[in-house]
Amino acid sequence: MKSNFLLTNATLIDPKLEDTYIGALEIKNGVIFKIHKGYPNIKIKTIDCEGKYLGPGIIDIGVKICEPGERHKESFKSAGQAAAAGGVTTMITRPDTLPPIDSPEILSFMHQRGSDASLVNIFPMATLTKNREGREMVEMGFLLDSGAIAFSDGDLVITDLKILTRALTYAKSLDALVVGHIQEPTLSQGATSTSGKFASLRGLPSVSVIAEKIGLERDLSIIEMTGTKYHIDQISSEVSLPALIRAKRLGLDITAGVSIHHLTLNELDIGDYKTFFKVKPPLRSEQDRVSMVEAVSGGIIDIISSMHTPQDEESKRLPFEEAASGAVALETLLPAALRLYHSKSITINKLWAALTLNPAKRFGLASGRLEEGCPADLVLFDPELPFILDRETLKSKSKNTPFDGHRMQGRVLKTFVAGEEVYSG
Amino acid sequence: MTFCSKHLLGIEYLSDLEITSLLDEADRYVALNRSDAKHSKIFTGVTQINMFFENSTRTQASFEIAGKRLGADVMNMAMQASSIKKGETLIDTALTLNAMNPDLLVVRHPHSGAVNLLAEKVNCSVINAGDGAHEHPTQALLDALTIRRAKGRLHRLSIAICGDINHSRVARSNILLLGKMGNRIRLIGPSTLMPKGIEDFGVEVFENPKDGLKDVDVVMMLRLQKERMDGGFIPSEREYYHRFGLDQEKLSFAKKDAIIMHPGPMNRGVEIDGTLADDINRSVIQEQVEMGVAVRMAIIESLIKSQQTEIIKVLK
Repeated sequence: MKSNFLLTNATLIDPKLEDTYIGALEIKNGVIFKIHKGYPNIKIKTIDCEGKYLGPGIIDIGVKICEPGERHKESFKSAGQAAAAGGVTTMITRPDTLPPIDSPEILSFMHQRGSDASLVNIFPMATLTKNREGREMVEMGFLLDSGAIAFSDGDLVITDLKILTRALTYAKSLDALVVGHIQEPTLSQGATSTSGKFASLRGLPSVSVIAEKIGLERDLSIIEMTGTKYHIDQISSEVSLPALIRAKRLGLDITAGVSIHHLTLNELDIGDYKTFFKVKPPLRSEQDRVSMVEAVSGGIIDIISSMHTPQDEESKRLPFEEAASGAVALETLLPAALRLYHSKSITINKLWAALTLNPAKRFGLASGRLEEGCPADLVLFDPELPFILDRETLKSKSKNTPFDGHRMQGRVLKTFVAGEEVYSG
Repeated sequence: MTFCSKHLLGIEYLSDLEITSLLDEADRYVALNRSDAKHSKIFTGVTQINMFFENSTRTQASFEIAGKRLGADVMNMAMQASSIKKGETLIDTALTLNAMNPDLLVVRHPHSGAVNLLAEKVNCSVINAGDGAHEHPTQALLDALTIRRAKGRLHRLSIAICGDINHSRVARSNILLLGKMGNRIRLIGPSTLMPKGIEDFGVEVFENPKDGLKDVDVVMMLRLQKERMDGGFIPSEREYYHRFGLDQEKLSFAKKDAIIMHPGPMNRGVEIDGTLADDINRSVIQEQVEMGVAVRMAIIESLIKSQQTEIIKVLK
């Protein structure tokens, strides 16, 4: 029996609206039963939100959970706890595990394991090609039946265009969503930073942002022909935007994402070869970062994600070129995103749409909305509360956050999944 | 004069004052090295370990001689043949050596930033003997000493650096050092071997050596790595020599008394004409090698002295 209660005196964020408003949410049987404006007077168990922000829980797409294969880096349980503490109520997981999730058998097993062990909702993606090798497509039909929410080869790019075209055509026939990584691999191979003054000063192998533009234009040309539902996992540079805008004008069924790191950090943060700042694609210039923030604010980029990638200490305690890429971000996604709100680069409602409503729409989920009848996946947070991040306090098994020691503002107070409190700070 | 920093990781971290005082110190060692005795015993008992993760003959030998002339116990570790091959990480190797209480680690590594990483993990002083395409500070300092002795000053000179700038740590350290000392720097090379954003370093970039060499005081040639010669970055060795190799004709655009430098080892007939390299009136390539020992002695002295000052501070 699920508990029924009232969340009152809250500043509600409805991502479909332009502005927040004071109101209350009546939760019944795990769904939002009624939304009240102002201060309703109902005799029911009541939680006073003290004017703090209450909105749909974050839907984080592209989370890497290291099960199977590397459970010492992150498990469903630890990722679930990290997500709950970060206000993330749904994780859409990446299939680039060891082995990759490329068969219905392994998918349903993992799905089951995830649902049992995790505090928050899990929707797994499957690979697009077997073993992510870019040679043979996976059994998309079976995988869809087993609960695959989308198909993606992660950060590996299919170089054989015949295979890519066929896979996208087949996906279209099943009305399946494909998530792609845009990068021309012959250019980006071996690169650890973005070409420019900083990379030249540090003597790091670098790649031009043109590699991203070429990858994007290549994929868009094929999508124009196949009509597949397509999501670009990460746009990170200004030069890619014109092609994206053009494709959207053409009416292609595409959406684009950006990682929180490319919105809040730039290449100079790498400083003296700090490997926690090594991500894929590499951090860009400040000009690119500002363009990405504007693109999210202007609706050109639809979705912000954490690109949560746990790496153990051994993979990071190496010279920059040898160190593994990726950063954990489930718990820092919200306070980092609030930097954009505090710097007045974006309104809280627009920011929230990119974190909840837009991913929900793209992946066909009922959550991510503040509507009666929708699942009561909610996060209550104080956007002002300041703190200094200590990576050892993170709930993820891996502590590879670039924000260690950073001053941040905004903390999760409570997280609810289907009306159940899964975190209280 | 002691260093502000415990390590010498790059020219980037040095001030112009530190550079000048290091060169002054090195000048004294040139005199010592030319005398019969050649030996100073000031650092008897000091342990210096040379860790070269990349092949080197001259730099390693230069550091070894520098250490020995100061009386230090010098040990060379051939890192390529050691535990790295057995899967030990750089940090573990560093910690192992650190436990043997050396006073000085001289490190060369194929990856940029590896020496910085290592320096964070050890107690002793670390000298960067070249890391990836990042920095080679001792080379830049010995080049500076050579220039200063040949030209009588190290400011307001026009200096051309020619060749594979992109992959060169020597070029980066030299650009930083010569820039800090207030010189005019010109880079010459094919655009495929020019790093992105290099114009922002306060240098002028030329693709035609005749324009670039016009009225310069110093011509610094860089080595072109064999693996970059065929097809990848330049069409061929002979086209490179024709367009960028230093010969009498191209050199005639520089000042009459311009000196020729090369960090070695040279590819005669690729980046430089053989006779020019041997021309004792123009080429200072042998002097560079000589200055190398003196500069490294001065660096070792400064670092060890700065350690000793630290110890005295702690004792007080």
